Amino acid sequence: MEYVIEMLNIRKEFPGIVANDNITLQVKKGEIHALLGENGAGKSTLMNVLFGLYQPEEGNIRIKGEKVQVTNPNIANDLGIGMVHQHFMLVEPFTVTQNIILGSEPTKVGLTNLKKAEQEVQKLSDQYGLQVDPRARIRDISVGMQQRVEILKMLYRGADVLILDEPTAVLTPQEINELMEIMQSLVKEGKSIILITHKLKEIMQVCDRCTVIRKGVGIGTVNVSDTSVDELASLMVGRAISFKTEKAEATPGDVVLKVENLHVNDSRNVALVKGLNLEVKANEIVGIAGIDGNGQTELIEAIAGLKKVESGTITLNNEPITNLPPREITERGLAHIPQDRQKLGLVLEFPVSENVALQSYYKQPYSKNKMLHYDKINEFAERIVKEYDVRTPSIHTKSSALSGGNQQKVIIGREVDRSPDLLIAAQPTRGLDVGAIEFIHRKLVEERDNGRAVLLLSFELDEIINVSDRIVVIFDGQIVADLKPEETNEQELGLLMAGSIREKVGGDE
Amino acid sequence: MTTNRLFNILVPLFSVLIGLLAGAIIMLIYGYNPIEGYAALWKGAFGDLYFFGETIRQVTPYILTGLAVAFAFRAGLFNIGAEGQVIAGWLAAVWIGTSIEAPIYIHLPLAIIVAALAGALVAFIPGILKAKLGVHEVIVTIMFNYIALYSANAIIRNVLTEQADKTEKIAATASLSSEWLATFTSYSRMHYGILIALLVALIMWFIIEKTTIGFEIRSVGFNKHASEYAGMNVNKNIILAMIISGAFAGLAGSMEGLGTFGNMSIQAGFTNLGFDGIAVALLGANTAIGVILAAILFGVLKVGALNMPTEAGVPSELVDVIIAFIIFFVASSYLIRWILLRFKKGAK
Repeated sequence: MEYVIEMLNIRKEFPGIVANDNITLQVKKGEIHALLGENGAGKSTLMNVLFGLYQPEEGNIRIKGEKVQVTNPNIANDLGIGMVHQHFMLVEPFTVTQNIILGSEPTKVGLTNLKKAEQEVQKLSDQYGLQVDPRARIRDISVGMQQRVEILKMLYRGADVLILDEPTAVLTPQEINELMEIMQSLVKEGKSIILITHKLKEIMQVCDRCTVIRKGVGIGTVNVSDTSVDELASLMVGRAISFKTEKAEATPGDVVLKVENLHVNDSRNVALVKGLNLEVKANEIVGIAGIDGNGQTELIEAIAGLKKVESGTITLNNEPITNLPPREITERGLAHIPQDRQKLGLVLEFPVSENVALQSYYKQPYSKNKMLHYDKINEFAERIVKEYDVRTPSIHTKSSALSGGNQQKVIIGREVDRSPDLLIAAQPTRGLDVGAIEFIHRKLVEERDNGRAVLLLSFELDEIINVSDRIVVIFDGQIVADLKPEETNEQELGLLMAGSIREKVGGDE
Repeated sequence: MTTNRLFNILVPLFSVLIGLLAGAIIMLIYGYNPIEGYAALWKGAFGDLYFFGETIRQVTPYILTGLAVAFAFRAGLFNIGAEGQVIAGWLAAVWIGTSIEAPIYIHLPLAIIVAALAGALVAFIPGILKAKLGVHEVIVTIMFNYIALYSANAIIRNVLTEQADKTEKIAATASLSSEWLATFTSYSRMHYGILIALLVALIMWFIIEKTTIGFEIRSVGFNKHASEYAGMNVNKNIILAMIISGAFAGLAGSMEGLGTFGNMSIQAGFTNLGFDGIAVALLGANTAIGVILAAILFGVLKVGALNMPTEAGVPSELVDVIIAFIIFFVASSYLIRWILLRFKKGAK
């Protein structure tokens, strides 16, 4: 059997840690090959070795049977390897075509031949069924389309092997299905794909084979048709994983959060929350389902005091908190795990310890008379790191050096530890592996059982159905349905989220 | 972590070395002897007690303007207006020094404090414009440099004097200079201000590293969104950082007014103390200790350069070229890091 890429017995060390130990990855021509591993398992390191950003200490790389030395990313590109990163690298004001040709513009008497490029892009797009408009501007197209532009960019540069890094993390369920189809049409045309992911369902759906890495060590490669979700999960984590979050029946108590007739605008002053009503009780997890852009982000930011409320009221524990400064709302019992952990949740340049103290540095015992007590802060950070299993070399490590999952654990530890009355968790498991997801779900349920009100926002319907005691569907800035998870399913939720059907909610309208 | 800290020290050190090397090459190209040139520079800075005193005198305001720029940088603000704040502080110090009579333990501290307040006031306006209206502080502070310069000149000419081109000398009770220091350093203009500069450096280190104020300022400087999320008042911190920065620069002005010159003349152009402060802060990596070291280097180069034409026939402007090289290499620290990494790999 011919392999297009072989990475044999790769070992990569960094001072103090072995990031990759004896990992072998062999990708056949025309297959979708999954690379599975927890956050920080060494997947990115392995790909960076393939791209020549790191040199391995041991092992070698063969491309189409030939041994190669990849010393920089340009060599990888020349060898026909292309990568679509999780965070897109696109110039927003440029058109699709301009982005694709950037760096290798076709010219005609010294001028960029945009017309020719547009035709080529169109041709490629048609060939693989991508349905991309070559003249559209990046800032005007959806995230899913932007991702296809990234894929096109690689194809335009003649990539035979495409590496997709967590491609579905940013997509809606519909977009995910479309991406799966695109991947299948790509391999049909003879391309090979390496799919880096934690989402086991997707592996089962489209992949042919799967290589598993655990804590930097290559565990092996399995045929997807011979395995199951449970087996993949236990291979990845090293123990059995339960997908069904264990929880007792909810016994909702008093109303903790009450939102009445709320109106919120976005940064361009467009109304996004339009007369929304919502209640969350103690001992209850309410999940907000909805397609991104229907006002859920603005709703949460308004509750947290980060966005101005145009009209309507928000009450927390029967006290009005509408348009109060964020700190006053926090002190009245709100904890908020923000959607964008790197922009809102952390000061990335701060060490882990200072990020743990970010919400409490001004209080005793962490400071007194404006003097910081670093011994107390460090003690606090050590405890959070231990209790929440944050994998970091030390509490003094810069937070930017942590993997996404561990960054998230720092935030969750910080927020949950304050024992808030209301815990808002916005996409708390985005981009995390099953081990971390299980842990976070357990924490949310634990908080509920401790009498907290939990408001969960997620774009993963699995998560919403699995964790929530009650599901509300947000569409066009209003709650359009209020359901019990056991009485609904993904299809119904999908239709509600798309606004195709509407259910009257408790006489609100 | 440790390698990072090591790099933060190595990069400026290397930049200084390469800057000096580049200066030597330029001297060679133009037919001067670089060894003689640098020997003259060294002698000009440390050769005798007079030169040493003058070097310390020059280092004093550099420390303060360096701290001013560095403090604003920590909050993510670029205070190009240190220059104008120095002028405001200088004028305010001289005004108090010439216009009131009081015993030294009131007069001197009062003059210093008013100078700091004057600098703070000049910085407060760009700060509030940035916080409330989002006007970029670089543009406003640049314009305030001119406002401060020409206002100070107008006040000297029309308010403090009757159309004279410099103010009277300040009262002895407001002076930082001392008979003892002057005699000891062969009548250099060295004054007690250096103690104030070092004290302010200590204060800056303390505020930034040890207090909740510093915690917030650093947090706002790194990530405004997360700071707001964590309940910090971002606007308040921006204004506060500009006020403290301006106060530091105002103190630098008082060093000139109460120490070095003892009066203020009509300024034909900028003092450059504020602008040099930007370079000092950059070279000192915006830390208090770094700023002190960088200020010493700049003081040595500037004062030592004055001896180069007479002793070695090398034009003193060459020192400006060397300083430019040093700043260039610090600013392009990526290059230095890359070279250092190569060396490290080679050593392995």
